[in-house]
Amino acid sequence: MATSDPSVKTTPAVDETGADSSRILQTRGLRKEFGGLTATDAVDFTLEEGELRCLIGPNGAGKSTFLNLLTGQLAPTAGEIYYDGADITGLPSHERVGRGISMKFQVPSVYEGLTVAQNLRIPLQQVVEPDAFDARTREILERFDLLEQWGTVAGELSHGQQQRLEIGMAMAMEPKLMLLDEPVAGLSIEETADIAELLREIADDDGVALIVIEHDIDFVETIADRVTVLDGGSIFREGPIEEIKADPEVKRIYLGEDH
Amino acid sequence: MSVDSSDGPLAAVRRPFEGPNTMGNSPAFWLGLAVAVAVLAAMPVLFGLYAAEVGAVFLAYALLGMSLAFIWGYCGILSFGQVAFFGVAGYAFGIVAINVATLTGLTVALIASIAVSTVFAAALGYFMFYGGVRDVYVTILTLVVALVLYTFMGQTAGGEWAVGDARLGGFNGMSGVPDLAVGVGSTGVEIGLLGHYYVTLGALVATYLGLRALVNSQFGYAMVATREDEDRTAMFGYDTTFIKLVVFTIGGAIAGLGGVLFTTQNNYVDPSVFGITAAALPVVWASVGGRTSLLGTVGAALAIQFVDYRLALSGSEWALVLIGSLLVIVVLLMPEGVAPRLHEYVLEYREDADPSPVPREPPAATEEVSD
Repeated sequence: MATSDPSVKTTPAVDETGADSSRILQTRGLRKEFGGLTATDAVDFTLEEGELRCLIGPNGAGKSTFLNLLTGQLAPTAGEIYYDGADITGLPSHERVGRGISMKFQVPSVYEGLTVAQNLRIPLQQVVEPDAFDARTREILERFDLLEQWGTVAGELSHGQQQRLEIGMAMAMEPKLMLLDEPVAGLSIEETADIAELLREIADDDGVALIVIEHDIDFVETIADRVTVLDGGSIFREGPIEEIKADPEVKRIYLGEDH
Repeated sequence: MSVDSSDGPLAAVRRPFEGPNTMGNSPAFWLGLAVAVAVLAAMPVLFGLYAAEVGAVFLAYALLGMSLAFIWGYCGILSFGQVAFFGVAGYAFGIVAINVATLTGLTVALIASIAVSTVFAAALGYFMFYGGVRDVYVTILTLVVALVLYTFMGQTAGGEWAVGDARLGGFNGMSGVPDLAVGVGSTGVEIGLLGHYYVTLGALVATYLGLRALVNSQFGYAMVATREDEDRTAMFGYDTTFIKLVVFTIGGAIAGLGGVLFTTQNNYVDPSVFGITAAALPVVWASVGGRTSLLGTVGAALAIQFVDYRLALSGSEWALVLIGSLLVIVVLLMPEGVAPRLHEYVLEYREDADPSPVPREPPAATEEVSD
C-alpha cells in the first residue's frame, strides 16, 4: 500500500545547513514550552514526499502542538523546521501556506456563513486565475462529492460534508504537504471509510505528503504508511503500523486494554 | 466570479459592482438606487437652500457610517472610534485652511486633511493589528483614542493652543473654517452652499460604488474570509494582519473625507465630534441599518439623523432616548439589522413569485446570498 517506502530512498542529499533536501519535511530538536510546561520536546521528525504518516499518542502527548509548530501558528522555543529543503522556522503561517503546506483543523472550520462555492473560492483565488474559478470549483466538488451542495451555505452541511469540504479546500491550495488533525472524529463508519479512501488517494495519486493525527487505531491501520507515537512531547516510537501495534510499550502507554 | 444575473440593461457596466458580497445585484435594485439618488439630488430644488445646508451634514454622517459598515460588516473590525478620523480630518482642514485661505491653500487643506486621517488610521491600525490586538480590544482601544482626543482638544482653550492663525479653541471649538474650494492660483472654484451639497452627495455615491467594487473583488473575498475566521484564512496563505490594516486604513480615509465635508459645511469643528455620543452614533447606524449592508447603514444614518434633527428643532430632548430605544429594539428583533432582513424578504418573495426557481447549484449557484 505504501508508495514511498523510506528504506528504498537513495542517499539523502544534505546541504550546507544540514537539511536533507530529498525530504519534504524535517524538524530538528523542535521544542515548545508553555510557561513551565514542555509540550513538545526535542522532536527530530522526517517525512518523505508523498508519504502518509499517522501521529498517535495519548492525550497531552503534544500532537496538536507539533502540528501547530509546523503551520506556524505557534513559534517554537527551540529547534528548526526544514520544508522542501528550506528553513521555514521563522516564516509566518501565510508564507508557509504559500510554499505548499496546507492544514485541516480538528474542528471542521469551514466558513459557515458562506456557500460551498464561496468557501472554495477563498483558497482557489490564491492559486488560480479568476476565469478558472468555476471550472476548478466544479472539479473539486465533483471529486469530493459535493457538487449538489454548490450553493448551500456551509453551516447547513452535515458533519461529514463539512469534513470533505475542508479537505477539498486544503487540496484547492495544491499543497505538497497536508496536515490533518483528527479528520474522522465524530464521523459515521461509512463517512470514515470515505475519508480513508480520499486520504489514500491524495497520497498515492496526487503525491501529497500527509501527517494525520488520529486516535482511531483501526483508521490508522487502514491508511498509514508509517506511524509515529508521541508521548510527553517526544517521539516514543516510529515505524510501520504492525510493528507499532505489536510493541508492548506502545500498548501500555496508548493502546490500552482493548488491543 | 461570474455573476449570472447578467440579464437586464447595462449588465457589463454593473458587473464590477456586483457579487455575492453585496445585497442587491438585480436591475430592480439599481433602478431603485438611481431613484433614491435622484430624490436626494432633488432635495435642494424641492425644499430650498436650507435643505441643502442641513442635508449635507447628514450626507457627511452617512460617509462616516459607511466607513464603519465597511470595516465592521465586511472585515469584522468593530471600531468605536471612527469619529477620531472624522474629527482629526476636520481639525486638520481647519488648521491648514485658516492659515492659507487661498484656492491653492484650500486644495492643499483638503488633500492634507484626508492624508492626515489616513496616516493616523494606518499608524493606529499598525500598532493594534501587528501588536496582536483583536476583537473587543480593538473596540475598546479605538473608543479610548476618540475619548483621549476629546479630552485633549477640550483643554486647548488657551491662546497658546494655536497653529499659526488657527486657534484650536478648546470646548468653544475652532470657528471660521473656510468653505471647500478646489483650484490652483487664481483658477478654481469655491464651493458654495448648494455646490457643497452636491459635492457631498457625489462623494457618498462614488465611495459607495468604489466600496462595492472593492468588496466584490478578490480582496473583498479575503476581507470576508478574515471576518468569518481569521486563523483559517491565514492558513489559506492570506496575510490577515495586513488585510485588516488595509481595511482599517481605508475606513479611516473615508471617515476623514466625511469629516472634512462635515467641517467645511459647518465652518466649525469642536471636541464634541470626538465625544462618546458622537462615537456611538456610527455604531448605532450600522447596527440598525445592518452592518453588512453599506446602503443599509447609509439609510439608517440619514433617517436617524433626520429624526434627531427634527426632534431637536421642536425643542425635544428625547432624541437620544429614542435612538437608544431604536437600537435596543432592532438588535433584539433583528440582530443583523434592517437591510439584511429586508433582503431576505425580497429573496423569499422572488422564490415565491417564481415557482420553479433555478436550483441552487451551478451555474446559477452564484445567486446572491446574504452573508
